[in-house]
Formats: sequence, C-alpha cells, structure tokens
Amino acid sequence: MNKSLSRRKLITTGLVSSAGVSGLAVAARLADRYGLIPPDHGGIYGVGQTLTYASQRILLPHQSMAREFKRSEISKVCPVNGAPPESETYHRLLAGGFADWRLTIDGLVARPSSFSLAELKGFPSSSQITHQACEEGWSFIAEWTGVPLSYVLNLAGVSPRAKYVFFFPFGEPSFPMGKKWGSLDMPDAWHPQTLLAYGMNGQELPAPHGAPVRVRVPRQLGFKSLKYLSRITVTDTAQNIGKGWGSSSPEHGFSWYGGI
Amino acid sequence: MPRAESAYLPGLTTRISGTPDSLRHSAVVRITHWIHALSFIGLLVSGFAILLAHPRFYWGEAGGLGTPSILDLPLPFMKGGPSGWGRNLHFLSAWVCVLTGSFYALSGILTRHFRANLMPAKADLSWRSLLRVVSNHLHLERPGPETALAYNPLQRLTYLVVVFVLLPLMIWTGFAMSPAIVSAFPALVTILGGQESARTIHFFAADLLVLFLLVHIAMVYLAGFRNRVQAMITGGSSAREEHP
Repeated sequence: MNKSLSRRKLITTGLVSSAGVSGLAVAARLADRYGLIPPDHGGIYGVGQTLTYASQRILLPHQSMAREFKRSEISKVCPVNGAPPESETYHRLLAGGFADWRLTIDGLVARPSSFSLAELKGFPSSSQITHQACEEGWSFIAEWTGVPLSYVLNLAGVSPRAKYVFFFPFGEPSFPMGKKWGSLDMPDAWHPQTLLAYGMNGQELPAPHGAPVRVRVPRQLGFKSLKYLSRITVTDTAQNIGKGWGSSSPEHGFSWYGGI
Repeated sequence: MPRAESAYLPGLTTRISGTPDSLRHSAVVRITHWIHALSFIGLLVSGFAILLAHPRFYWGEAGGLGTPSILDLPLPFMKGGPSGWGRNLHFLSAWVCVLTGSFYALSGILTRHFRANLMPAKADLSWRSLLRVVSNHLHLERPGPETALAYNPLQRLTYLVVVFVLLPLMIWTGFAMSPAIVSAFPALVTILGGQESARTIHFFAADLLVLFLLVHIAMVYLAGFRNRVQAMITGGSSAREEHP
C-alpha cells in the first residue's frame, strides 16, 4: 500500500467516523427532545428499554384506547401485591373515611392546589372496565371509577415545558420493597383512560387496592398504577428525584416504562 | 479443490449450485446463526426467570391465584425477585433476536436461500419418502456424508416451521401480552382468546423451541460435532467426516 493512499484512507475513515459520531449525537438530542428516551436509559439493559419505549412512541398512536369489557367479564377475584401502608397516619385516615386526606398537585403548574376526596368525587367522573396485568403474569378485569387525570392537570394549569407527572404515595416506608413512587410521560398522563380512581367495582376503592385514590393506567402493566396517592408533581425532568430513573421500579431492577 | 463428497453424490451436484469451493453456509447465515444462538439463550434464561414469579397458566382474558388454572408447574413462586432482571434481559434479547431475524428473513428471500436450501423438493414430500427419513432418524442412523451438503426433507420442514411458524408465533404472543400494543391492535389478543391465553401459548411455543434446540444439538453431535460447528463458523465443509 502506498503512503498517500493510506493517508487518504485515514482521512476518509476519520471523516466517516466523526460524521457517524455527530450523527448519533444529533439523533440522541432529537430523540430526547421528542420524548423518546426513557429516564432509565443507562446501562446495557437501557438499550432494550430505549428501543421499546421509542419504537412504541413512534409507531403506536398516542391516543389508542385500552380494550373495555362487559360487566359480566369482571373478575370474581382481584388479587393484590403487598399490604396497605402500616403507618398510624394511614390507619387514622382510613378509619375516618379519608375525610382529612388531601391530594396535592404542584411543580410546573400555574395553580398549585390540593383537593379533598369529596372535591375529587365532585369533578366529572369516568368509569372503565379494563384489564390489569401484573408483570408477574397474573391479571384481572375490574371496573374503575375516578376523575380523569387530565381534568385535574387542566385545573392546575400544566406548563408547556412539562415532560413528566410524578406520583408519590404516603405511608411510604411500609411498602414491601421500600419507598415506592413513579411517573408517567405526558402522552400517558393526558390519555383519556388515565384515571385518579377512587371507586372499584361499584364500591369505594378498597384499602389493599390503594385507597383512597390510586392511578389507573390501563395501557401499562399494573405496577404503573400507583396506589395510596398523596402528591402529584409535574416536572420537566426526571433528574433529582431518587436516582433520576423516573420511578422506584428501576431502582429495584424493573423498568420505568410499563407498556412493554 | 474438488470436495471428496461429490464422488458419492453424482445426483446431488446439480442441486448444490456450486463451484467446488462454494461455501456450505453463507456469511449471513453463519453470523445470524450465532447471534440468534446467543439471544435465544438470553430469552430462555430470562423467560424462566420471569416464569418463576408466577409458574401457573390460565386460559382466557384474566387469571390469578384464586381462579382456576390449566397448568401448575412444580416450581416455587418467587415474587419480586428474578423477574426484574429477567424482564430486562428478555426484552434486550428479544430486540437482538427480532432485528437479526428480520435481517435473516429478508436476506433469505432476496438471496433465494429459503427456496434453494430450505424448501423441500416436491418428490421428497411424498409420505413414503418422508417416512423413510423419519425411520432413519428413529433408528439413529448416522447421517451419511451427503448430509454435509444439503438438508434432508425432514430438516428442511423443521427449519421452515421454526423460522416461519414458531418464531413468528413467539413474537405475536409476546405482543399480545403488551397492554400498549394491544390498545392499538386489539385483534392481536382477541384472536388468541385473551391475554392469559397468549401467555400460555407463548410458554408452549417456547417449549417446542427448546425441544428443537435439544434435537438440533443432538443431530449436530451425531453428524460430527467439530466438523459441523466448524462449518457454521468458517462456512466451509471439510471433506473429512468425524466420528464422535
């Protein structure tokens, strides 16, 4: 091989690889801007998470509706994982019918507010008979009643910068795997079937199912439907909350996105 | 260099379109074979880890403890444990498997690999000729040297079923368990009879793939392990047949 050829080859290789690297960098920034990178994108498993999340956000319609079932299809047994919080506060509120409980909404909202259970029940309600599958493999069909999350978000006035809606339960330390909290991206937060549910199968939401209010996200696995809500925080980043991976699930080895 | 096998196979040389140095396995087949092997192990190990969270199967839309099952595996319920890394490894391996598989399938159609090497000849599909091959297998007859050059009809049918039936069924039943995907394409799950049915079919199709893997390795061993593995790595088929 002569000298000039090898130099030319070197320059070409250099140009091609720097074009490749900058192309990747541009792609990563675009993907981030359009909300295609999940907060738990790090590490080798993050590659799989990112491919799944990005391809679903690109290929699936953001407004697709989870299937709804007939009342006769409601499961006779609706199992749960984990027991309600053991804290004294939770049991005092439960005994008092959650009359003193309030749901706070803050963060990137024009009007930070808090609502009592009675106030939430006074908002326009929505009911759905949907399928809920646990990541473990079991599932059940139930009817859920609540106020659409989008209604409460609109009341509070969400900033256009918002990227995530975080959910924090109370009585945290008593959960089986430690503190549990989570978040949704905006397509799932605004989705018409995403509820703040206070009723189940025509009754008050039972304590093991997350009383007084739980999230219902029928387009994702059960672990995304966080129970025992206490606070909702709207943010433009997942950083600075826990390890910055969007929810407590990745800290326990699970994924942030539950649409699979 | 002419290959020694051709001496035994005057009739076959026309079917193996090839010059004497043509390779037994193309580069695409060899590379995708080993990537698939790796991702399949990843899917198998992680699938088992996920299964351990709830080693019980149902039919229909929903099912759980307290409802009737159709199969209870004699395995412990391991909650909150291996299904975490299991799911992470499962979906990473699935991406590798599906991307490689799509590339393999596309190239197999474009290069006529499926038509030339996997479609059985019409004459080979008669019951008599199929029965003969099955009986050879059942008598554990050591494959002759001609098997190093072309797949027998039973092999062809098996590979076609794995590539075009079982693997697509795994992807389909996998998608049918995704609440986000079925919200956009509900028929994916309703045709199968429900989400728990999809999970059950996923499990049984996986069992068939494991059976295929075991038979595949056994046949490679019978045919001469080193020679066949070497052919899948280097592409060449050495004339010397090994006897394990």
